[in-house]
Amino acid sequence: MTVTDTARESVASGLEMPRTESHLNPPGSYDLADHPLPNGREEIWRFTPLKRLRGILDGEASDAGLTWTTTLPEGVTLTEITAEQALELGELAPNDRPSALAAANAGGALLLDVPADAEIGEPIELRLHGESVDDLVWSRLLIRVGRHARATVAIVHTGSARYSALTSVLVGDGAVANVLSLQDWDDDAVHLGRDAIRVGRDATVKHTSISFGGDVVRMHANVEYAGPGGDAELLGLYFADQGQHLEHRLFADHTAPKTKSHVLYKGALQGQGAHTVWIGNVLIRKVAEGIETYEENRNLVLSDGCQADSVPNLEIETGEIEGAGHASATARFDDEQLFYLRSRGVSEKEARRLVVHGFFNDLIRRVGIPSIEDQLLETVEAELAKNVLKDFD
Amino acid sequence: MSKLEIKDLQVSVSTDDGPKEILKGVTLTIQDGETHAIMGPNGSGKSTLAYSIAGHPKYTVTGGTVTLDGEDVLAMSVDERARAGLFLAMQYPVEVPGVSVSNFLRTAKTALDGEAPKLRTWVKDVNTALQQLNLDPTFGTRSVNEGFSGGEKKRHEIAQLELLNPKVAILDETDSGLDIDALKVVSEGVNRFRAQEGKGVLLITHYTRILRYIEPDFVHVFVDGKVAESGGAELAEELEAKGYEKYLTAAV
Repeated sequence: MTVTDTARESVASGLEMPRTESHLNPPGSYDLADHPLPNGREEIWRFTPLKRLRGILDGEASDAGLTWTTTLPEGVTLTEITAEQALELGELAPNDRPSALAAANAGGALLLDVPADAEIGEPIELRLHGESVDDLVWSRLLIRVGRHARATVAIVHTGSARYSALTSVLVGDGAVANVLSLQDWDDDAVHLGRDAIRVGRDATVKHTSISFGGDVVRMHANVEYAGPGGDAELLGLYFADQGQHLEHRLFADHTAPKTKSHVLYKGALQGQGAHTVWIGNVLIRKVAEGIETYEENRNLVLSDGCQADSVPNLEIETGEIEGAGHASATARFDDEQLFYLRSRGVSEKEARRLVVHGFFNDLIRRVGIPSIEDQLLETVEAELAKNVLKDFD
Repeated sequence: MSKLEIKDLQVSVSTDDGPKEILKGVTLTIQDGETHAIMGPNGSGKSTLAYSIAGHPKYTVTGGTVTLDGEDVLAMSVDERARAGLFLAMQYPVEVPGVSVSNFLRTAKTALDGEAPKLRTWVKDVNTALQQLNLDPTFGTRSVNEGFSGGEKKRHEIAQLELLNPKVAILDETDSGLDIDALKVVSEGVNRFRAQEGKGVLLITHYTRILRYIEPDFVHVFVDGKVAESGGAELAEELEAKGYEKYLTAAV
C-alpha cells in the first residue's frame, strides 16, 4: 500500500510582485493551443492515467450524446443555445484540455435557467445515461440561477461513455443554489468534468461531487466570486474499488472580499489498484480581504493495494483575512474506534460497517437533497458489501 | 453468577525499546455481587489491568489467567468478552463520527442479546437511562462521543452500563474530570447497576472521593504492576490520610 499524505503551503514569495495566477489553475481559454496534449508529467496531469482516457484528449469530433431524462419543475427551462450566447451569458472559460475540447466540439450548449426570484422547492433532476464506452460525448451546459432565486439541481450520470463535460454554474446576487453531480457510471466509463461556479454577491452555493462508478473519473469543481459576501460549500464523496481511478480537483479562487469557501471531501478505497486523488487549492487574491476558507480531505483505506493521493494547497496574496486552513488525513480503520465498538459486544464486521457508514453518513447528511441522500446511503452499503465485510463472512 | 478471577496476570506493552512489562503478576478475585476498588498512583498499571481484561490489542498477556465464571476470558476476542458479560467504562471514550448514540446503543444491545430489542420497551429504556444520567433527550441523535464534554462522555458510559447490563463492570477512572453533581449522578447509576443480584464491579480510581458514593467491599492498593495490599473500605481512608508513599518506598 502506498499512502501519500502531503500538506503544502506555498505563500507568494515576492509580495511586492503582484501575482494573479494560480500555479495549479491556469487562466481560462477557449484556444486549444493554450491546452496542449499533456505527456503526463505536467503538474495538473501527473496523477491521471492518460492511457486509460481512451483517446478523449485527442479531441475527435463526435455527435454522440447521452440520453437525458429531466425533471423540470414549473418555471425552470432547459433550452439549446449557441456558443456565442454561452459566452454572452458569462460562461466560465475552460482551463484544461478536456473542457476546452468540450466547448469546441459540443456544437452549442444547453442552458438550464432558473429565473430571478424563483423559489424552486423540488429538486431539478437531470439524469444522463450513456449506452456504451464506444460513444465519445462532448457536453456543454450552463446552469443559471437568477438573482435571489433558490434552486437545487441534481445531475446523475449512469451507464457508460467517454464523456467530457464543461459545466458553468452562474449564481446571481443573493441566490441560493445547491448543485450535485453524481457519477454512478458502469465500470468502464471515462468521465472528465469541469464544474465552474461563479458566486454572485451575497449568494450561497453548495456543490457536491460524488463518484462511485467509472474506470477513470476526473472532476474539477472551481469556484470564483462576482462580488463580496459569497459563500461556497464544496462537498465530495468517493468510493474507489479495485482498479478505479477517481480524481477530484478543487479550486476556490477568492476574487472578492468577505467571501467564504469551505471544502470537505471524504473518500474510501478498497481493492488492488484503487486510486484516488484529491487536489485542493485555494487562492486568496490581494483584493480578497476578510475572507474565510477551510479545506479538508479524509481518506479511509479499507484494504491493501490502494493508493490515496491528497494534496491541499493554499496560495495567499493577502494576510488581511478572517481565517484560512486545511487538513488532510489518510488512514486505515482506527483501532481505537473498532475496540470501543467491539468492547460493547459488536462483532468486528459490524464494527467496521458502522465506522464506514458513519464516515460517509457524516457527509451525506449535509447534501441537502433527501431523495438522493437515501440512494447514497444504499450505494455505500452496497459498496461495503463488496469488499470490506467480505473477509468476515 | 458472576465471578471474575484474575490469577498472576502478567502483561507487557511494546515500546520503541522493546516490550515493557507493566503488570507483574496480578491476582484478584471478584466474587458474585462484590465491589472492589483499585487505588494506586499514576503509572502503576491500573488502566492496563482494565484494558487487558477487555482485550485491547495494544497489550500482550505474557502470563497468568483471567476467567469469568470459569470461562477463559483471554481466549476470547474483544466482542466475545463483552458478550460473555464484561463491560469496560473507559476513561477516554472514543469518538465515532457519523454514528448516532441511539444507533450505537441499539447495535450493541442487538449484538449482546443476539436479537434486536423490542422497539417500544427499548426506546423507553433508552430515554429512562439518558434521563437518569441527566442527558438531554436529543443526546441520542448526536454522534458517539463527538463533541461531548468530559462529563457527558462519562455519563454516556454509565448509561451504556445500565442499558447493556453486563455481569461484571470495570470502571476505569470514571470519576476523573467530574464535578460533584456529575459524580453523584454517575455514582447513582453504578449503584443502580450493582443493586441487582450478583453484579460485580471493579472500580479503578485515584481518589477516595467516589468511594463515598460507591462503597466498596474491598480496596486494593496497586503499585508497580501488582496488588501491594488489600483490605476493606477502611484502607481507602488510610490512603486518603497517608497517601501512597509507604508503598512507593517499599517498591523502590
